Amino acid sequence: MSNIIGIGAAPRRKEDFRFLTGRGNYVADVKRADMTFGVFIRSQHGHALIRGIDKTAALAMPGVEAVLTGDDVAADGLGSLPCGWGIHGSDGLPMKEPAFPMLAQGKVRFVGDMVAFVIADTLELARAAAEAVVIDYDVLPAVVGVLEAVRPGAPQLFDDVPNNLCCDWELGDKTAVATAFRKAAHVARLSLVNNRLIGNPMEPRAAIAEYNGGTGHYTLWTTSQFPHVVRFLMSALVLKIPEQKMRVVAPDVGGGFGVKQFHYGEEAVITWAARRVGRPVKWVADRSEGFVSDRHGRDHVTEAELALDENGKFLALKVVTLANMGGYLSTFGPNIPTNLYGPLLGGVYTTPAIYCNVKVVFTNTVPVDAYRGAGRPEATFVVERLVDVAAKEMGIDRVELRRRNIIPKEAYPYQTPVLVEYDSGDPMGCLEGALAAADVAGFAERKTASERDGKFRGLGYSTYVEACGLAPSRFAGRLGARGGLYESATVRVHPTGQVTVLIGTHNHGQGHETTFAQIVSEKLGVAFDNVDIVFGDTDRVQFGMGTYGSRSLVVGGAALSKASDKVVVKGKKIAAHLLEASEQDIQFEAGVFSVAGTDRSKTFQEIAGAAYVPHDYPLEILEPGLEEQAYYDPVNFTYPGGCHIAEVEIDPETGIVTLEKYTAVDDVGTVINPMIVEGQLHGGIVQGVGQALYENAVYDDVSGQLLSGSFMDYTMPRADHLPNMAIKTHSTLCTHTPMGVKGCGEVGTIGSPAAVINSVVDALSHLGVMHVDMPATPNRIWRVIQNAAMPQAAE
Amino acid sequence: MRSFALHRPSTLYETSALLGGVADSMPLAGGMTLLPTIKQRLAAPAALIDLSKIPQMSGISFKDDVLTIGAMTRHVDVAESELVRSKIPLLASLAAGIGDPAVRNRGTIGGSVANNDPSADYPAAVLALDAIVVTDRREIAADAFFRGLFETALEPGEIIIALRFPVPSAGGYAKFKSPASRYAVVGVCAVKKAGKVRVAVTGAGPGVFRVGAMEAALEGSFTPAAIAAIRVSPENLSSDIHADAEYRAHLVTVMAKKAIAAALQTL
Ligand SMILES: Cc1cc2nc3c(=O)[nH]c(=O)nc-3n(C[C@H](O)[C@H](O)[C@H](O)COP(=O)(O)OP(=O)(O)OC[C@H]3O[C@@H](n4cnc5c(N)ncnc54)[C@H](O)[C@@H]3O)c2cc1C
Repeated sequence: MSNIIGIGAAPRRKEDFRFLTGRGNYVADVKRADMTFGVFIRSQHGHALIRGIDKTAALAMPGVEAVLTGDDVAADGLGSLPCGWGIHGSDGLPMKEPAFPMLAQGKVRFVGDMVAFVIADTLELARAAAEAVVIDYDVLPAVVGVLEAVRPGAPQLFDDVPNNLCCDWELGDKTAVATAFRKAAHVARLSLVNNRLIGNPMEPRAAIAEYNGGTGHYTLWTTSQFPHVVRFLMSALVLKIPEQKMRVVAPDVGGGFGVKQFHYGEEAVITWAARRVGRPVKWVADRSEGFVSDRHGRDHVTEAELALDENGKFLALKVVTLANMGGYLSTFGPNIPTNLYGPLLGGVYTTPAIYCNVKVVFTNTVPVDAYRGAGRPEATFVVERLVDVAAKEMGIDRVELRRRNIIPKEAYPYQTPVLVEYDSGDPMGCLEGALAAADVAGFAERKTASERDGKFRGLGYSTYVEACGLAPSRFAGRLGARGGLYESATVRVHPTGQVTVLIGTHNHGQGHETTFAQIVSEKLGVAFDNVDIVFGDTDRVQFGMGTYGSRSLVVGGAALSKASDKVVVKGKKIAAHLLEASEQDIQFEAGVFSVAGTDRSKTFQEIAGAAYVPHDYPLEILEPGLEEQAYYDPVNFTYPGGCHIAEVEIDPETGIVTLEKYTAVDDVGTVINPMIVEGQLHGGIVQGVGQALYENAVYDDVSGQLLSGSFMDYTMPRADHLPNMAIKTHSTLCTHTPMGVKGCGEVGTIGSPAAVINSVVDALSHLGVMHVDMPATPNRIWRVIQNAAMPQAAE
Repeated sequence: MRSFALHRPSTLYETSALLGGVADSMPLAGGMTLLPTIKQRLAAPAALIDLSKIPQMSGISFKDDVLTIGAMTRHVDVAESELVRSKIPLLASLAAGIGDPAVRNRGTIGGSVANNDPSADYPAAVLALDAIVVTDRREIAADAFFRGLFETALEPGEIIIALRFPVPSAGGYAKFKSPASRYAVVGVCAVKKAGKVRVAVTGAGPGVFRVGAMEAALEGSFTPAAIAAIRVSPENLSSDIHADAEYRAHLVTVMAKKAIAAALQTL
């Protein structure tokens, strides 16, 4: 059949037409009759007791519907925001899990914490009324850094969480690691900080809720990566609305990066408020609000040690991390620096013994949760930095040291000492491919040229692996997940033979409408243009877990593949009847059912027609209709990985680091759409470069104010910061996903920070510099150079 | 944003009358600074007096070795003006480096100078070029105009009509941009005219300032080398999450050298 655009093709993205012509439909575009506007009053203090809230002046303003506070939440008996993961400490005890109220109950714990919600006829009025609400605070000392938060005498966020310690988590064999360190010929040590980041999707968060007093139904439009989970959590735990009476719609969403994969208090408050005031309620965050309320990412302080034998073979790795959780536990919060971090410390290496201890710590900052890569960039950064330090200290070439320790292709499947078993991979192949693509051979010449201009030039490698395609539910359950992590898809073949797919993942920029249509086009032989992908509406789509953790293609695509296969199976039965042949003799290829060895055939379209007009149809054994559904729960994570090589030039006079070249050779398994993969890699790498060179969420350590609270101070990477990138794939097939796919959403962000910082340190290595913390800003680099030049200088 | 009245006068007389007569009124130029301030509810003027329709405030002209730029001239127009490029090229390149295209398409020279943001670019050029700020009431020499953090010699209701720049024999501007905002972390403008040199620094401190030691050295030899060893004291310089005071002090010398190098190119 014509216009099949299948696996491996690179059609233009279906969704871009509506976006580029301004016809997307975002939450902020949703308008309801008689709607009101809400404004959240947020704490201006990092840590304070709420002595009283006086709302009389605000309520007296004409057009103000309500001012809701924590007391109203308590009076209505609503639940708090649940955490989706319950991890356990090394003592076997569950993590400390203080309540995360949707509106503050007597105390605020970070700048941006929600204190009250003001609802009025217009946004302007709601803002004015919010200013008229008087909140009497008793300001307490705040603590924003993890090292400070666990010190004796530190301000305590919760009465029942001593030392602000949520959980003291560990993984791996401590004794085996200690033994290996005793035998080591060399131990490389490194202290590092993984800087706090703010995701800043282009579209700020927004929500609008409506309550139908006649049916008792609620509808919530929200900027979410997982609308079904939001509905489930609000129904089961937070608002206790019957699940069937609640519809959650996440329409077009302008970027997520993890920021929108949590259940936020705003969604719950707005839904509740819509019923309280009996009118639809709309809220759209402004950018400043996003900075202090979107969940942040990263924020680790780590001490790591690598033990090596005299030949540079890795014997053991020990990592101790303090991870910042912010003021409360967000939806996935404690899972990120533990389960998504420790198990990745094996990297692509044969390190036989690994021990990891993570102290998960509360501070007076925005709650920290998953941000593109989530735990895995942090793990990669530790491992890849440490390998470079070891190479330098032992006088072994960095690439050679990697070669000596990389897991050979033949050794897969490879069981690491930290839970995970890599099913497939070829890190050496990626490394060799990247060395060639980056013209490493020509580096010395380029370095000399830079030196002639008074500049320093450096090259940095990151050979990395990640775990994605979240996740095998049983495995996740053992680690503390409180939900499943499968995915669902329905393939609805219409009587015309055209297809609508209903899928539980959510597309917010990744190109699913294109990729998934390609899968169906390939599998069913239906024209690419005759496949539409529907997602993001709990009334239209069966339960699904949403999009995060590079799971949509890996888990959702697998469900879609299975559902498509079921359509073919049923189609064959129908064809066998119509063609008067036995089912076993029916072949299906490129949209045509045929009897093997004959010229008798029926098109997919004819079979669909017969299924819906079953005049001549095996009704005794087969139901009419052609619609199949599948749920898919993966048996393992997938393990994409690769080799990234960054090349930088540093101006020692100003400290400016310029990224000159970037090369990535990644193993993402089967590539469905190479253009989309390249785009995902570009975006991911830029976010990693952002972390390495520019982005930093900085808090004032006395007041708890966010100092980098706008784009004037929070440096997003820009087009003019970046070179053209060489992006290539070197794929091995995943052995357990239906199409061999591994996922590519996060790889760029995971591999790149280490590559960039390794190149920066390399550029400064002649000064004896062993490490530079992120972001490598001009001021920081200048300081590093000053201090290296004058070792005696203070600080 | 709170609601406000918008007036769009077409004569200077009307403008002065409105600014003097309407309570809580403020002049509006490109709005690049003023409108975000109002949106964030940091300012709440009752009325804005839009300056865009006043003929005397627009246009670029050259006469008697003086380049006059109307206060309402947008950064993009200064950047692209052939007249500016040929008479005082440093002004064109300075304007081309302000913010981003959206900001340059709206922001004006008058708004920038009146606002006197400590990280703004124009104040360095106005001071180094020894320009005259022409207002609806008087003419103010640059040295008397800038008074520190967001402070100027303008009196309430007084508006800038134009800037008069004497054409120098050589001049250059070099800026270390904030990678986030693109404002000057440190910007240095160095100008030579009739044997005299003026060096003005923006971004580094709470307001634009001149560096006498550099000026003296450059009057001896107008070369980067002449000032390479001159350091300003970090004492009163700004410190923030992007740049500490010592780094800023260091950058003053680095940017000054670049400004001289740029100036030498124009000779
Ligand atoms: C993202 C961004 C980046 C920027 N980057 C830079 C940069 O790199 N370098 C830089 O120098 N600037 C930068 N700016 C500022 C920009 O140059 C603005 O042009 C400038 O701040 C104000 O000019 P305006 O015409 O927009 O003035 P407005 O915002 O309209 O007015 C500013 C203030 O001046 C007053 N005012 C305006 N005109 C007059 C007048 N003629 N007489 C008296 N008072 C007047 C107003 O009442 C107001 O108080 C940036 C701004 C933004 C938003």
